[in-house]
Amino acid sequence: MCFQGYCALQHTKFQMDKCAGMSGVNEPFHNYDPGQYFCELTTPRGVPDAAMATIRRRIGEIGLPALRARAAAAEHELINLGITFTVYSDANAIDRILPFDCIPRILTAAEWAILESGVRQRVATLNAFLHDIYHDRRILTDGVLPADLVLGNPNYQPAMERFPVRFGTYVHICGTDIVRDPQGDFLVLEDNARTPSGVSYVVENRHLMARAFPDLMAGMRLRPVDDYGRRLLEAMTEIAPEGVDDPQVVLLSPGIYNSAYFEHVFLAREMGVPLVEGGDLMVEDDRVWMRTTSGRRAVHTIYRRIGDDFLDPTVFRPDSMLGVPGLIGAWRKGNVSLANAVGTGVADDKAVYAYMPRMIRYYLGEDAILSNVETHICREPEGLAFTLANMEKLVVKPVGESGGYGITIGPRASKAEIEAARAALLADPENWISQPMIDLSVAPTLTETGVRPRHLDLRPFAVTGRNTWVLPGGLSRVALKEGSLVVNSSQGGGSKDTWVLADEGSMG
Amino acid sequence: MLRRSFLLSRYAEGLFWMARYLERVENLARLIDVTQSFESPGRESEAWFALVRINADEEDFLKRGLTPDAASVKHFYMLDRANSTSIPFSLESARHNARTLRPLIATEMWRQLNIFHRDVLAIDASELEGDRLSSLCTRIKEGVQAQSGITAGTFYRDQGHYFYQLGRLIERADQTTRLLDIRYHLLVNGGYEERRLTEITQWGGILRAAAGYHAFRRVARPGFTPEDVVSFLLQDKQFPRSVGCCLDEIDACLTHLRSVHNLRGTAPALERVDELRNALFGQSASDIIIAGLHEFLDALQSDLISLAGEIGSAFFPMVQPPRGAEASSQSQS
Repeated sequence: MCFQGYCALQHTKFQMDKCAGMSGVNEPFHNYDPGQYFCELTTPRGVPDAAMATIRRRIGEIGLPALRARAAAAEHELINLGITFTVYSDANAIDRILPFDCIPRILTAAEWAILESGVRQRVATLNAFLHDIYHDRRILTDGVLPADLVLGNPNYQPAMERFPVRFGTYVHICGTDIVRDPQGDFLVLEDNARTPSGVSYVVENRHLMARAFPDLMAGMRLRPVDDYGRRLLEAMTEIAPEGVDDPQVVLLSPGIYNSAYFEHVFLAREMGVPLVEGGDLMVEDDRVWMRTTSGRRAVHTIYRRIGDDFLDPTVFRPDSMLGVPGLIGAWRKGNVSLANAVGTGVADDKAVYAYMPRMIRYYLGEDAILSNVETHICREPEGLAFTLANMEKLVVKPVGESGGYGITIGPRASKAEIEAARAALLADPENWISQPMIDLSVAPTLTETGVRPRHLDLRPFAVTGRNTWVLPGGLSRVALKEGSLVVNSSQGGGSKDTWVLADEGSMG
Repeated sequence: MLRRSFLLSRYAEGLFWMARYLERVENLARLIDVTQSFESPGRESEAWFALVRINADEEDFLKRGLTPDAASVKHFYMLDRANSTSIPFSLESARHNARTLRPLIATEMWRQLNIFHRDVLAIDASELEGDRLSSLCTRIKEGVQAQSGITAGTFYRDQGHYFYQLGRLIERADQTTRLLDIRYHLLVNGGYEERRLTEITQWGGILRAAAGYHAFRRVARPGFTPEDVVSFLLQDKQFPRSVGCCLDEIDACLTHLRSVHNLRGTAPALERVDELRNALFGQSASDIIIAGLHEFLDALQSDLISLAGEIGSAFFPMVQPPRGAEASSQSQS
């Protein structure tokens, strides 16, 4: 096993010698056809794309059998390293990996410039919006956004009203889900402003790529992804309560039974801070302390990976065992900082999302750099009328749900399903939005039947303390099932290493 | 500038138990290996049931309706994940603790433990048969030893290292007393000369199981007696698995935590170590045997449990016991 990487390299050389004559079924791109979709590797970008051509050629040189063997070895190494999420049932713990596809997804420097500035713009808007609604509510009095959409939102936290957060930053860590349409334009699907996950896979996929496919990466000038932990720690240190010299940062995790536990470990290690669970912390004198072998020790910033409702059983859910009694009190006194702030869920709500282009204009006076997916807001009469008239062409989504629940995909729904959705929509229009079905872009992906186009999305991660920094690239999630648009790991999704080319024409 | 390190109580506890469980796995493999060598024709079951006795598992074993024969005992310790004194249970518990410690331990430690764990869970019943058993025991032993080597070579030596060592040393001392106790439970029949030869073979087997046979040969008198073996395994200061050697190292760990990391809560534990040493070196091996070796070993085991209790109540009193911790308080046999 230990020598697999080495043997694979030897094997590659052997394949390269023969590749001149390779064709047909062992040629990975044999019969590759992305159809009407934008292909992240093969659709011409209109800029010099030497890197794309190089990768395609190198994959061809490796050949399908070696590609498969090396991909399997790479995934096996993920299991050995425990880069896994764990599924618990009774006494058994089953470790699953997020499947790794070895063909990288490549973004050009120009594409990344758009994505990066678009993400910054949205993060700035989300923070301005949160500050506004928890202070003066100008956006509501100006009638840009319906007041009950905010004030009646279950994620709105009265505890946040008039509460100062450092630098006006509420969303310290943001994950923006982005897709690409057949024209190659990027569209934002949703903002994740609570506790977005997946960044550990961005970094681990790059490490895995470098170990298992050094020949694919050779000479490529890529934007590095190793800096995430340092940037995150920097932001967490910046937002600590004022006047604390050398603040103590911790990462608060629900513990080993959480499916994102590996990521919590990864981030704690990359920051060099303790991973704590609720039981490790206590509140005394309105301050937060952790229990150590030499007694209590002060904590100043908590990067929490548990939801608002679970933070403090004395304020939110009394049955929560994950949080820390008294934490919100200590936070209200300004003795500890939380990232993300409490009450950010109101900003990444699906209905609020629909207003994002208007919010960007309202707060920043700019047009949105990244478009929303065209969204019809059924609480608005024209949106409702359009939706009702086009049910069979639209995706109809409830605003309050997440994880794909309650969605009706018109083009793939039966008549009965469409009528049921119509009835639900008419009963409570305010709970619904509709969007056209997007033909997501595809990327060549190694499958049972060879390299085939599979749909994918992109989640860049932005870290904000005093300023915003965006990790180059992000997590590319790929739907491994043919034709599937669902990229979630729980439903057969995998991931790819995401390369951002350092500059145009990017071979070093 | 480097920061002064500190350690979460929960991590201290996890490290202590991770090390204990790993040490237990290695020693169980040693015990099983030596038990096989104690099988004498027609008396296989007795040799195997002695293993159940020294682990104080008789009640649990019989309650499950198991028959005290070789196959059942081997299965009980090597395959039964529900048995809290089995190898798979102990390894599972070690890995469970390691998972909570991933922010702290070296990646290489976690990786090896993962692979080793998978290997042990895949043990097939056919591997417990005949000559395959001994090589399986070796494989398990080496799995723990690889982990120990990686830990020695990679694990950062702040407080955590010393809590890890404490768990390992306390478990090792405990297991050595159990290994020695196995002799007590073996019946030897036959005439004088036959008994003498069998006994010599058995003592040799115990020394081999503890990996101390050759070292013992170097220091023992030519015609060695049981007293010499008992003295070696309990009181020798150079043999790494002797109780005396473990106590010295435990003392050194506690003293380091006290002087370098300023953990004043070490005082009661250090006192316990002194008491243990007084009991251990207060009498000669022959006096111990005359007064009753089995009773002496029982008392040592009980004192080691108290020592672990002092460390726990001083440094990790508030946290939940880790899964599988109940297996630690093996009752006194």
